[in-house]
Amino acid sequence: MTIGRTADDERPILEVKDLQVGFTTQNGVVKAVDGVNITLYRGQSLAIVGESGSGKSTTAHAIIKLLPGSGKITGGQILLDGVDLTAKSEREMEEVRGTGIGFVPQDPMSNLNPVWSIGFQVEEAIKANGIASGRKAVKARAIEVLKEAGLGDADRRMKQFPHQFSGGMRQRVLIGMGLAANPKLLIADEPTSALDVTVQRVILDHLESLTRDLGTTLLFITHDLGLAAERAEQLVVMYKGRVVESGSSVEILQNPQHPYTQRLVAAAPSLASRRIQASVHNEQQEIEVDHADDSAAEVIDLLSTAEARAEAVEAASHKEPAIVVEDLTKVFKIRGSGNFTAVDSISFQIARGTTTALVGESGSGKSTVAKMLLKLEDVTSGKILVGGKDLASTTGKELFNLRSRMQPVFQDPYGSLNPLRNIGNTIGEPLQVHGVGTRATRRARVLELLDQVSLPSTLVTRYPNELSGGQRQRIAIARALALKPEIVILDEAVSALDVLVQAQILRLLADLQAELDLTYLFITHDLAVVRVIADNVCVMQKGKIVEAAPTDEVFDNPKEQYTRDLLDAIPGASIELAS
Amino acid sequence: MAGYIVRRILQAVPVFLGTTFLIYFMVFAMPGDPIIALFGDKTPNPAVVAQLRERYHLDQPFIVQYFIFLGGIFRGDLGVSFSGQPVAEILAKTFPVTLRLAALAIFFEMVAGITVGLISGLRKGKLFDSSALLVSLVLISLPIFVIAFVFQLVFGVQLGWFRTTVGFGAPIQDLIMPALVLATISFAQISRLTRSSVIDTSGQDFVRTAASKGLSRRRIVPVHILRNSLIPVVTYLAVDFGTLMVGATITEGIFNVPGVGRTLYQAIIRGEGPTVVSFVTVMVLIYLVVNILVDLFYAVLDPRIRYAK
Repeated sequence: MTIGRTADDERPILEVKDLQVGFTTQNGVVKAVDGVNITLYRGQSLAIVGESGSGKSTTAHAIIKLLPGSGKITGGQILLDGVDLTAKSEREMEEVRGTGIGFVPQDPMSNLNPVWSIGFQVEEAIKANGIASGRKAVKARAIEVLKEAGLGDADRRMKQFPHQFSGGMRQRVLIGMGLAANPKLLIADEPTSALDVTVQRVILDHLESLTRDLGTTLLFITHDLGLAAERAEQLVVMYKGRVVESGSSVEILQNPQHPYTQRLVAAAPSLASRRIQASVHNEQQEIEVDHADDSAAEVIDLLSTAEARAEAVEAASHKEPAIVVEDLTKVFKIRGSGNFTAVDSISFQIARGTTTALVGESGSGKSTVAKMLLKLEDVTSGKILVGGKDLASTTGKELFNLRSRMQPVFQDPYGSLNPLRNIGNTIGEPLQVHGVGTRATRRARVLELLDQVSLPSTLVTRYPNELSGGQRQRIAIARALALKPEIVILDEAVSALDVLVQAQILRLLADLQAELDLTYLFITHDLAVVRVIADNVCVMQKGKIVEAAPTDEVFDNPKEQYTRDLLDAIPGASIELAS
Repeated sequence: MAGYIVRRILQAVPVFLGTTFLIYFMVFAMPGDPIIALFGDKTPNPAVVAQLRERYHLDQPFIVQYFIFLGGIFRGDLGVSFSGQPVAEILAKTFPVTLRLAALAIFFEMVAGITVGLISGLRKGKLFDSSALLVSLVLISLPIFVIAFVFQLVFGVQLGWFRTTVGFGAPIQDLIMPALVLATISFAQISRLTRSSVIDTSGQDFVRTAASKGLSRRRIVPVHILRNSLIPVVTYLAVDFGTLMVGATITEGIFNVPGVGRTLYQAIIRGEGPTVVSFVTVMVLIYLVVNILVDLFYAVLDPRIRYAK
């Protein structure tokens, strides 16, 4: 406690006391937030962590009193600088928003009005809060705000519209808008979840230095424990609408008390990859392997999964390759602006029974490679050999047969299942299309598959909308496995899932690979996940493979600057874990 | 943008040729001899009949007639009606009337439809919304002639606010009632469309973000909710304007409006091929132009379309 502290400093800037939020549904009021307490002092930073549905975003929306639709604060107090916000009318809240509390929303794609220019939307925030008056002053302030947020050529881009901005640029605009009126408190609700890792890092660094310079207190909401611990001094872990643990970030990470927090720490890929990294080193130095998560009995241990893989890879390395890609190129013709080379003469091989990860940011061409492998997109030049056969010359019946040996799992478990077909029909459809077995054997196979992906057989007659995201992704995997393929192409198959579910699916994939000798092409933007599942890594940048090596080597000794940037961008890298 | 306009106009060419050919063919295929019909009960002089046939090119094969007609169109000559009046002259007299009627109807349905739709959308499920839904359903269910007669009876005869039919020169005050009748049908559509669009937009993330910036409700509603919600509504209005411009036959008939719809109807009854074909051709042109304008207008409203390559 330093001398000369004023009374202002001692009072928390934000104090949430026993907050209750309910949503009115047909079956009565559902509690989304149940007794949350948060205390945040001036100039500090605090992160609320939890999976989707934990109530973390609802808490944030309740603090700024912008709950959607039927949501209502049913109890508790929200004190901003000692003033209770729950008692304020809508008109009074308009005064608080902007100057009292700034808000940076989650999805940069949907949070800017598409019909107004960027300048217009920043200027109206400045005008509404009386920061500047007069056209010129407002415009000057808007440019200043955008420049501060990291938009260097703000004066030139003011007249442009949101769709002319990239996701990262839009998020900068949103951060600028949130800070436009110098708020005392800034709530950032998953501000970078929709962005590439390297962009995420730049934006968060910027946000951090901005709030420090302006003396803004930061309330940060995220599902990524590593990210939260790296960016905030205090952590609040939420689960099913309640706070299960809170305290200093480092302490919670090193010594999680609540079983849920322990599971989160164990499952977070950003942390797990570091732990695996650590174990590799430790083995080399013949020092005891670190097991931070031994304390929790039912922990989903990604470490052991990764260790088991090492042996399998050893065995697989002298088999013939399942997939060979040579000089593969894809050029898209764009009307008006010539050609765009999405994939630029790339070559790689995948040995049978192993996993190769194709890593890159959005727009790097990795999904185009997947589409060409599945022959859903034509090849411009180059060769793809699957099991020694040239894909280009495979047509008709042969292609039909080939498809049964090569199956995809896509990113969005909500979009990739037909909502009108029940689970049994969905999983059984490939069998039916390929005329495998009789009705009875197909049914038996569907039940077997459900068992393989650890789902109860009662799901057969259920419909996708009755299942969670993780369950749906299991269904998609079961469907991919129905025809007993040799190759499974996983295009961002775990990116849309919560960390705990993600860990479960990754484990399932590893188990299935060991059991069925599957070959995986694993496409992802998340290097942390790669560490857990892949044997070999190809890093793609702007259509080219810039680095290809075994996973350990890429992580230990990255050759390219781009790979190093990607690795550095994995959140949580700077945190000391328990040892 | 210029390339886009040129492309749209080029696309309109085959549509224009196809529709005019079809119309010409249908009029040609209508039963009865229009020239004989001109003479009514009297027995025509064969020499006069032959002269008339030659004058209207009815002695030529169908396809030749079509090309003569097309040639005329491109020279700006719309032909002459059987009564000897140039079709262009008839058009010049009737189109301004229909234009005024259409503009009035659009004005009424726009103001009422958007206002009611906006309030309904902002107060979803409340009393106002339910009442508006009820009124819309009643209006949609009623045939237009029923509404027209009720209006004539109530506002024309009982209250005496308007004349029951349109007088000479079709003054604006006489057109108000038929315009209101025309507006009732689209009012229901527009208010429902605005309502669902407003509900849709209100739930968008950027509306919440606008509120989080500290904007007042009074600013959010017009700037962020209404503006975005109007894009589909304006498209509907523009298409509706095109429809009204080509004439509202029934309403114009009931109110005796000397507009395009009524004139066309009479020409069809009398089998006046040249008038029908020329009228419909002009209508097709108007419809095509309005549709191109709608597309361009869409680009004005939505910058994503404006700046798309």
